[in-house]
Amino acid sequence: MRTISLAGFLFAFWLVLSGHYTPMLVGAGLVSAILCALAARRMRVLDEEGHPIQLVVGALSYYPWLLWEIIKSAWAVTKVVLHPRLPISPTLTVVHASQKTAAARATYANSITLTPGTLTAGVSGDEFLVHALTREGALDLESGGMDRRVARFEGAA
Amino acid sequence: MFAGAAAAILVALALAVLRAIKGPTVFDRALAGNTVGSLAILLLAVFGFLTGRPEFLDIGITYGLLNLIGTLAVLKFFRHGDLAYDPEEER
Amino acid sequence: MALAIDIASGLLIAAGSFFILVGALALFRLPDVYTRAHGTSIIDTAGAGFLILGLMLQAGFTLVTLKLLFLLAISFFTLPVIGHALARAALHEKIAPKLAEDRRGRGRNSAGDGA
Repeated sequence: MRTISLAGFLFAFWLVLSGHYTPMLVGAGLVSAILCALAARRMRVLDEEGHPIQLVVGALSYYPWLLWEIIKSAWAVTKVVLHPRLPISPTLTVVHASQKTAAARATYANSITLTPGTLTAGVSGDEFLVHALTREGALDLESGGMDRRVARFEGAA
Repeated sequence: MFAGAAAAILVALALAVLRAIKGPTVFDRALAGNTVGSLAILLLAVFGFLTGRPEFLDIGITYGLLNLIGTLAVLKFFRHGDLAYDPEEER
Repeated sequence: MALAIDIASGLLIAAGSFFILVGALALFRLPDVYTRAHGTSIIDTAGAGFLILGLMLQAGFTLVTLKLLFLLAISFFTLPVIGHALARAALHEKIAPKLAEDRRGRGRNSAGDGA
């Protein structure tokens, strides 16, 4: 199942990049996509971490929300940077992650880093070491809104 | 419009290069190098539109994939002094 | 219609350029490595996002749009990896972050702790 889905993704990638649709080139793309998927299967990297198709349904509602968060916090950081006195208050804090699977936990850590103003600097067990540009950003993460959101995204799968 | 965006990217590139020259730590330089890489991707995309030749996007995609590997290799090299280190040595 | 698309994409491109300049300024102005990484993340998320969205509107629904989308996806998936590796390597080298407040004591098992 995962092998077929990976081969499909790779073939779509080939079609996007090539832009030439002669039978020879499309056939070559199909063959190499299938060979790559089979190689990945043989390397045993095609598990729920390597190709997490079970998260696709949750991703549809999670990523638009994340984009909106990114825009909001990018604007917040912009105001801080353009302020003449540079009112930063860098904070290191520890955030608890309540996700069960590794893929969802990695999504949470990546979301923290993607949001401007907060940066995951270390992981130990279910706790992340987070560097935030301002104290407010750190407190916002500690309150756990994003954590619950990612947990729901994991649960939707 | 495209020319304005290209000018903004060039100014940002100059700032990033200045940061790479000033340092002070090797991580500042690696960060600045990575920023130069992402700005180069954007500049390639805008330049493709500016000249009406979208083939530049393919170069941009390649650059994006290489940027990740290049920055990780630099970071790994300066952290361990070696690209193929033994994880046991870290203790 | 074509004019409306032109105006919308112009606005998006202008917003992208603005965020790119802000990110570069942050890279230049902020005091240490950890805070500067936030500047880079503005460039790669908001700056690149708005700029590429504007370019996509210009391209219309063609293969170019899909390639631009792919370019955006690459930068969205690689940026956190680099940011994380950079912060971890810098902490590992014991480069002390300039902090206004250290709330690391909250953790039960002292996450990270520089190594």
